[in-house]
Amino acid sequence: MPRIFAYVVHNSGVPDDTAAEMPAAARRIDPGQSPVAIVTGWGAELDQVCESLRATYGEIWKIAREPLAHPNAELVRQALVRVVPAGSIVLVPHAHFGTDLSPGLAIKLDAAYVPDVVDMEGVEGRWLKAVRQEFGGLIWARVRCDISTGAVLNIRPGAFRAADGAAANGRVVDRSADVGTLESRRRYLETIAAESGDIDITREPVLVSVGRGIGEQENIAVAEDLAEAMGAAVSCSRPVVDAKWMDKSRQVGSSGKTVRPKVYIACGISGSFQHLAGLKGNPFLVAINKNLKAPIFRVADVGIVDDILEFLPAMAERVREETAVGGKTRRKS
Amino acid sequence: MDILVCAKRVPDTAENEIEIKADGADIERDDLVYSVNEADNYAVEAALQIAACTGGKVTVVTVGGEEDEEILRREMAMGANGGVLLTDDAFRDSDGRGIAAVLKAFVETGHYDLILTGVQADDGCAQVGGMLAAMLDYPFASLVTSIEVVEGGKLKIAREVEGGNKEIHAIDLPCVLSIQTGINEPRYVGMRGIRQVASIPIPRLGAPDLACALAMTGKGNAKVQRSRYFTPPAGKAAEILEGSRDEVIEKLIDLLKAKGGLN
Ligand SMILES: Cc1cc2nc3c(=O)[nH]c(=O)nc-3n(C[C@H](O)[C@H](O)[C@H](O)COP(=O)(O)OP(=O)(O)OC[C@H]3O[C@@H](n4cnc5c(N)ncnc54)[C@H](O)[C@@H]3O)c2cc1C
Ligand SMILES: Nc1ncnc2c1ncn2[C@@H]1O[C@H](COP(=O)(O)O)[C@@H](O)[C@H]1O
Repeated sequence: MPRIFAYVVHNSGVPDDTAAEMPAAARRIDPGQSPVAIVTGWGAELDQVCESLRATYGEIWKIAREPLAHPNAELVRQALVRVVPAGSIVLVPHAHFGTDLSPGLAIKLDAAYVPDVVDMEGVEGRWLKAVRQEFGGLIWARVRCDISTGAVLNIRPGAFRAADGAAANGRVVDRSADVGTLESRRRYLETIAAESGDIDITREPVLVSVGRGIGEQENIAVAEDLAEAMGAAVSCSRPVVDAKWMDKSRQVGSSGKTVRPKVYIACGISGSFQHLAGLKGNPFLVAINKNLKAPIFRVADVGIVDDILEFLPAMAERVREETAVGGKTRRKS
Repeated sequence: MDILVCAKRVPDTAENEIEIKADGADIERDDLVYSVNEADNYAVEAALQIAACTGGKVTVVTVGGEEDEEILRREMAMGANGGVLLTDDAFRDSDGRGIAAVLKAFVETGHYDLILTGVQADDGCAQVGGMLAAMLDYPFASLVTSIEVVEGGKLKIAREVEGGNKEIHAIDLPCVLSIQTGINEPRYVGMRGIRQVASIPIPRLGAPDLACALAMTGKGNAKVQRSRYFTPPAGKAAEILEGSRDEVIEKLIDLLKAKGGLN
């Protein structure tokens, strides 16, 4: 069985949540193995990351080099190619950095690549069995991956449950000197923070959220009307922003905002993992979608199979009656 | 600047119900409506906008079968100067690495300053662009949301990262970029536009022209193979509200009141 490594992504001295999930993923490949963490970066933050990883990993390879202080997957790839032994399995979180790093890493390691792995079912001969999703999670696929020359596996964040096992008390091994010179024809310049919009959806307790199912820009008024009747705010999924129907500041998801409402009403949203990644705090999730097979119904608390263009106006009207009646009752008492 | 855009024809999830065949080997393909992969359309628009500023040609290429020619014509109707179909039985059932190898072999038959792909195909793995770059030893950036041509054979690009933040990088040409949806507003293509390009010949290249790819193409060389499609295991499923629309609304209002969604 090949050795398993976990490339740990970190931010401001803190490992990403996926750092604790990758050992669980590794056990689905080989129950007997605990993976070696690899961490790249520079300075005191990197040391903090290594220190906190000692609780979950038995061995941590630290690569501290100044060019790795800023995000640049091209440089990280060079470093990894020089230290990862041939034939290894490398786990990487499937997010923005992993998308940049892993396909090229697999080529340079002459290894197989499987992205966005949601489950694994062990190894049979040279074939590792993995589970992925296609078409935005509508259907799933079992894939087999030839690991005879190694593999790079991008792991879906949240798909593998972190085990709260005993402290590993891991040792940190400094591999910084083994990566040679790091050079790239791509240079990091700066990071620009997302702009804030007219309203801050991250603070709203109730969100009416529209997806591509809204069809066209004019129809957004229907959701706005319901939101107004409910005293809620309108958020949206990415295609609505891509089409320039709503401002980027209203987008929920991994490349948008992370929201923590009490109630979230998803209207014509299929429920991709990138969208759901922005929905935290376990809200009461209502999904309205015309397709009963939409993946959102797998995670929602309550589902309504209907056409949002008809349902939302009817709902708005009923809510207005309700709040008007409610108002009257309150005045009486 | 001469730009190559890689594009793929995919089943359009907005137009179809995607169903799995009884044996799980494939999805039901009869009567499927196909279109050009969403991100690839943004990539073509990005290429057209750059070429309009710098001069140069935009070529669209796909690895596939005869039926895939239609997307090349569609992108030519948008304004691409030419399309090329890379087709051969030996390329069939390749994994992403095999597709990237065919594209690499094609790139080496010409000269391109910039190569664009989509971030991900709807039925794909967000891999072909990064693999192609590594095979060519070109610099690569994924999830690109803006491109600016600066002096001296360089680009300044933004890539999207967590939380809608943007990372700005300088990148040397030639390079490969994978384009994220939303980078621009792809221009509209009407039937008339398609008719205008209907008779332009589309060159085809196959195994003899792209021989160096053959060690990685086809099912036999695929390191990653789909065994079967299946319907997801039952998870926590939503309670579906049943009844007439009015009844459903009454139930929902009661639930929302209980959960703090309505006062
Ligand atoms: C790197 C990366 C980052 C991403 N970041 C984000 C992100 O931050 N946020 C995000 O949302 N996405 C993000 N995405 C995109 C994500 O993968 C999905 O493509 C997107 O979330 C789909 O949006 P949707 O559900 O609105 O559209 P679709 O998946 O197209 O779903 C539309 C749904 O509407 C239903 N529908 C259609 N018409 C009606 C009707 N009349 N009435 C009722 N229902 C109807 C359909 O059945 C379907 O389920 C990202 C993708 C990548 C690659
Ligand atoms: N068969 C193909 N022919 C041409 N380009 C492709 C092909 N498959 C994928 N691509 C390109 O690579 C991108 C990513 O695809 P994938 O890695 O399959 O998700 C797509 O958006 C296309 O730009």
